[in-house]
Amino acid sequence: MMASSYTAKEEDGHHSGSAAAGGPGSSKSKKPDNTAFKQQRLPAWQPILTAGTVLPAFFVIGLIFIPIGIGLFVTSNNIREFEIDYTGVDTNSPCNRCSQTYSWNISCTCSVPFSLEQPFESNVFMYYGLSNFYQNHRRYVKSRDDSQLNGDKSSLTNPSKECEPYRISEKKPIAPCGAIANSLFNDTLELYYIYPNGSRTLIPLVKKGIAWWTDKHVKFRNPPGNNDNLTITFQDTTKPVNWHKPVYELDPNDPDNNGFINEDFIVWMRTAALPTFRKLYRIIQKNKDNMTPTLPRGNYSLEIAYNYPVRSFDGRKRMILSTISWMGGKNPFLGIAYITVGSVCFFLGVVLLIIHHKYGNRNNNADIPN
Amino acid sequence: MLRRRINLLFGGDEKRVDSRTIYVGHRPCPATEAFIPPKFCDNRIVSSKYTIWNFLPKNLFEQFRRIANFYFLIIFLVQVIVDTPTSPVTSGLPLFFVITVTAIKQGYEDWLRHKADYEVNKYPVIVLEDGRSIRKESEKIKVGDIVEVVEDETFPCDLILLQSTRDDDTCFVTTASLDGESNHKTHYTVPDTEKDLQSLNATIECEQPQPDLYKFVGRMHIYKTDQEPAVRSLGPENLLLKGATLKNTKKIYGVAVYTGMETKMALNYQGKSQKRSAVEKSINAFLLVYLCILISKAVVCTTLKYVWQSQDGQDEPWYNEKTQKEKDTYVYLKMFTDFLSFMVLFNFIIPVSMYVTVEMQKFLGSFFITWDKDFFDPEIQEGALVNTSDLNEELGQVEYVFTDKTGTLTQNNMEYIECCIDGFQYRNSDSMSELDGFCVTDGPVSKLQQKAGRDKEELFLRALCLCHTVQVKEAGPDEIDSDQVDGLVSELSQPDEQRGFIASSPDEVALVKGAMKHGFTFLGLENKSMKIRNRENNVELYDLLHVLNFDPVRRRMSVIVRSKSGETLLFCKGADSSIFPRVRQEEVDRIRMHVERNATEGYRTLCVAYKQLSPEEFAVADAGLRDARLALQDREEKLMAVYNQVETSMSLIGATAVEDRLQEEAAETMEALQGAGMKVWVLTGDKMETAKSTCYACRLFQRGTELLELTVRTLEDGGRKREERLHELLLDYHKKAVQDAPPVKAGVTRSWSTANQEYGFIIDGATLSLVMNPSPDTNSSRYKSLFLQICQNCTAVLCCRMAPLQKAQIVKMVKNSKGSPITLSIGDGANDVSMILEAHVGIGIKGKEGRQAVRNSDYAIPKLKHLKKLLLAHGHLYYVRIAHLVQYFFYKNLCFILPQFLYQFFCGYSQQPLYDAAYLTMYNICFTSMPILAFSLLEQHIAIEYLLDNATLYREIAKNAMLKWGPFLYWTVLGIFQGLLFFFGVKYLFSNPALQDNGQVFGNWSYGTIVFTVLVFTVTLKLALDTRHWTWINHFVIWGSLAFYVFFSFFWGGIIWPFLKQQRLYFVFANMLSSVSAWLVIILLILLSLLPDILLMVFRKPRGPHARQIAAVTPLSYKHLNERY
Repeated sequence: MMASSYTAKEEDGHHSGSAAAGGPGSSKSKKPDNTAFKQQRLPAWQPILTAGTVLPAFFVIGLIFIPIGIGLFVTSNNIREFEIDYTGVDTNSPCNRCSQTYSWNISCTCSVPFSLEQPFESNVFMYYGLSNFYQNHRRYVKSRDDSQLNGDKSSLTNPSKECEPYRISEKKPIAPCGAIANSLFNDTLELYYIYPNGSRTLIPLVKKGIAWWTDKHVKFRNPPGNNDNLTITFQDTTKPVNWHKPVYELDPNDPDNNGFINEDFIVWMRTAALPTFRKLYRIIQKNKDNMTPTLPRGNYSLEIAYNYPVRSFDGRKRMILSTISWMGGKNPFLGIAYITVGSVCFFLGVVLLIIHHKYGNRNNNADIPN
Repeated sequence: MLRRRINLLFGGDEKRVDSRTIYVGHRPCPATEAFIPPKFCDNRIVSSKYTIWNFLPKNLFEQFRRIANFYFLIIFLVQVIVDTPTSPVTSGLPLFFVITVTAIKQGYEDWLRHKADYEVNKYPVIVLEDGRSIRKESEKIKVGDIVEVVEDETFPCDLILLQSTRDDDTCFVTTASLDGESNHKTHYTVPDTEKDLQSLNATIECEQPQPDLYKFVGRMHIYKTDQEPAVRSLGPENLLLKGATLKNTKKIYGVAVYTGMETKMALNYQGKSQKRSAVEKSINAFLLVYLCILISKAVVCTTLKYVWQSQDGQDEPWYNEKTQKEKDTYVYLKMFTDFLSFMVLFNFIIPVSMYVTVEMQKFLGSFFITWDKDFFDPEIQEGALVNTSDLNEELGQVEYVFTDKTGTLTQNNMEYIECCIDGFQYRNSDSMSELDGFCVTDGPVSKLQQKAGRDKEELFLRALCLCHTVQVKEAGPDEIDSDQVDGLVSELSQPDEQRGFIASSPDEVALVKGAMKHGFTFLGLENKSMKIRNRENNVELYDLLHVLNFDPVRRRMSVIVRSKSGETLLFCKGADSSIFPRVRQEEVDRIRMHVERNATEGYRTLCVAYKQLSPEEFAVADAGLRDARLALQDREEKLMAVYNQVETSMSLIGATAVEDRLQEEAAETMEALQGAGMKVWVLTGDKMETAKSTCYACRLFQRGTELLELTVRTLEDGGRKREERLHELLLDYHKKAVQDAPPVKAGVTRSWSTANQEYGFIIDGATLSLVMNPSPDTNSSRYKSLFLQICQNCTAVLCCRMAPLQKAQIVKMVKNSKGSPITLSIGDGANDVSMILEAHVGIGIKGKEGRQAVRNSDYAIPKLKHLKKLLLAHGHLYYVRIAHLVQYFFYKNLCFILPQFLYQFFCGYSQQPLYDAAYLTMYNICFTSMPILAFSLLEQHIAIEYLLDNATLYREIAKNAMLKWGPFLYWTVLGIFQGLLFFFGVKYLFSNPALQDNGQVFGNWSYGTIVFTVLVFTVTLKLALDTRHWTWINHFVIWGSLAFYVFFSFFWGGIIWPFLKQQRLYFVFANMLSSVSAWLVIILLILLSLLPDILLMVFRKPRGPHARQIAAVTPLSYKHLNERY
């Protein structure tokens, strides 16, 4: 790849005249040590980049990147993804009513029909997506108390100041405190498959395994105490103002998914990088028999308990169904980028080859006459 | 009343407005109205800057005067006061560190100065008080004290010589450490002072202290009981200067006239001011650019924030309400604090760590100079010394070299080389076995097998033995190896040759010694008769009748002697130009060839002529001389006339060549410096002739060089007013050297053609002061610029007869001229201190003339020859290293902060940091600092040997080439390109944040961590690409810091840290690594970021001459190396 000359500059074994003339006195402490380091003579490797040496590197990069890119591109294309906006901005859309008559207390449901042109094989991941929602706003990002979420008893009753103004409500500490927790996404999505005959069946959604394992098992912990009865543990606290139910009722059926370790909650607490984002909501396990696709093509209906207001800040809500490959969700960017970079490198390799061939034959250094 | 009378006596010195009166021995004088002990400063020398009490405030004040420190202080205070995204510790800690380290360093340096001052001030001296000798500390000497000084001691203050142990009321001193002249100077006691100093009752009236070493005007009133006070005029010959050394005189007494900081030496000493390197100025310029970038970024963000917030529902959506405090804050105050917050968020673009790294690089880098064994001189058992590490890189930028002559270029050690008798060459052979065989010695050397006749030879040698003013040192056994600064003691080992000679000119000693080698020994002067021993070991006696003294206008000297046989002979020796017209032409032709050859070889040539005087002639001459000597008016002119009359129609016997031994490799060094594009100026206090021949010997002037002379001699040639002549000459020279010269291309490509006519310029001190301080009436303000222009077009400039301050003046003038070139001064004596301090870089030579120069220098080297390596290799490398360091630092912080800036557009301008606080702090301190530090200490883009062999390489970095706006723009564009790439590359990846194969999503901290990982790797690998010299340290540090980054990230994210409020990075890094997409995007972005650099490197290689050279150089030089070892 590089023309390199590994020349060990040897320890200066040769005695210059002046050193020899020093005679016995030269061993005095004032005489600088004759070490390779002090004399700046450390053995060194001297890489030289020339057209001739970089040339193969470009070809190699090109040859590696283009297949990877093609692989990525194909993989990404094979991923099935379906996305539906259910915000209800459009007056014709079924959720328009809900989006307008919004109130924290009254639950509003709407259902959005859609159809899948292609069957979804293997596990299908269900995401909700929000747009123009600044989860990465500084005031928002820091508005949490990680020690409270980690089950610290004292933080539970005395949350961090960072949680302001979502720290104390009705003279009781809020658990979980902070703006992030307070704005937990609380729409409930249900998916029905509509048989051609008009009858419909609820598709089972798995709600566990959507959060990072380490978050679920280490970072988030319920406060110590009676694990079966979180009500007592959280008795001195109050629910976040925007919540319908307290934290210990997030999933009352499953103690392993209740309280702070509720996975929906954990997923929400991992703040998104950009104002348009998606978060994993549910997983649709593939059928056991493996014969039929997880989501066959056909008509579906998305039933929404519309609780989450976004129109006040011009936001959008989406539901996304996607399969996943080894590289994650659908994203053509990587494939295209790899193909482009690989091609550019290959092209440069060709250009360099021409230059090298034309000018560099006689001399190793391409000596272009000016 | 008194003054009026004095003015009557010594009319015409009304100019002296202010004077001081000194009471010798503090004894009140009868004539004065009242004895008021006048107040003068004490004899304490203070060179230190701080005291214990004012150190802290003064030092802090000085440190915060640096804009960078001040800026960091402001940032720190903002972080303390305002709610900012990062903690004040991130900037406070490094700042505290920098300030403390600098303060300790400066405190230590000042402590050393205190110690040196203490040593000088506490030096014991003997003062006569009330008839007793009292030992005192030097600092306690008061003006008016009578001080005793013994041989080889330096004078503790400026003294008026009152009494000497020598019979002739003289004493010898050397002023080597003051003006570089190492010969013995004779000073005279004030005539007719009483022998008993206790009863001496006198006052001295003299001018106020002034720095000119050669000027002193004063008068002494001696009061004797019941007599009119006697008045004696005092001149510089009565004044013994502090710093000079008493020689060859047992003891003297003198009265202190100037003490402490008022001595001429102290007045010539300029305060040491902080020197700033050109690189530092570039840094400051870049800093301003980045400050502008920073401020504009903050302004843009603040503006956009408020624009964005004005949209509906964006300022305070329901999910993200403000605290009550925020709501209450006044909107303009909020804007301001927002602005400050942005400033703090982006302030990493100007990192404190850069200053730390630069300081460390300079400090550690300077060790390589100290360690270099090539700088080790076995003679003095010392290597180089670095006093300031701030200027390492300046060594690679030098454009003008000002060098002292005596002790720097030359060893000031005259040695007789050869003579030419009647056209035949006699080269001196050192072989002592042939001492007697004088005729034989020339055999193997001279191509001419013939020799001059024996008579001629002996005549010539007798001339050498007789025609001089040398004294034989009364050598006691203990004095044989006594301190002989000027090297007058013969180096020969024969006991016979250990005879010491003392003369005002070292040439004469060399000639006498030369004659001694050929068998004629000068034994001394006794009772007006000169004794010489001839080759047959017989002692010959000659009566010395007259000495026709040397003077620079006549440029010759003669003696008239009478031999035992009664012949009256005149021997004359002098410069060829002054001898040739006075001898027969046919003799001249035979010798001229030799003289010219010797002169171009850099020897100092003298011609020797003689004349036999008939009794009549002698009688005339004798009478003339006696008359002239007794003349009261125009004595000089009359003497001159007689001299000229006597020294005519002589016959030339021969010529001599004396070598002012150059320092080792002086010529090679000068040649290398000129080859490197530096202009060499020789500034010396010495005579013009001497200096000129040294310049020839050093090949500063070459045979083809046309000399433009501007000295008192040329000025007085025309017989007109000096000013007019000066004007005329300046214009003439300007026309020659500047206007008619082909236009010289500026910058690096300065032509170095030997085809053009080269000019050398010579100016002396007196003329220089005319040029520098012209009389206001003439249109002479242009002189200075004319002079400068001429000098800039000359290959070499020689300034002779310079006072120390004039040297500094010249340096200052060049320093402040157009383009403000970088200057370097090199010298070894105290007379060079002012110019060493004035120049950008001051180099002291650890010579024999004391340590003054070394103490005040920035770098000290044992020999002149070391200058070559210091500049060409060390300077070049340091410059390249630090330039790269600076550019790299700005670059890496630009692409560090740019993504953070871009992120503001996607987070509602809320000052949300993209990276975790740990990464923000550690980036400059740990992850990317070590590789660049190692690079900036070890990089050798061109091998040292090759740098030394090719002086022209030095031109490539001239004029701060690597820190010009061009390269700066390149680095900035590169930084912007990479910053954009990092941010948007990852952003496109995050268009679908489901990056794991289990469908889970990444959040904002993963985003930042991916960007940061790409950043750290790219920035480090970019440096790896630039590294041309990979030692194991480079490998270790580059790969080590990458490994450390990975390790740290795992560690930092692997534990729930109890002291952290937020566990932002908990397992973020590990999760990132579990995602294939993240890996792929990291690899892609790193490669893409480095692609332009690789391409540029490949494509540039064949084109630019610079790159080609390097490409060709590296393998070649190593082959070369391998052969050697």
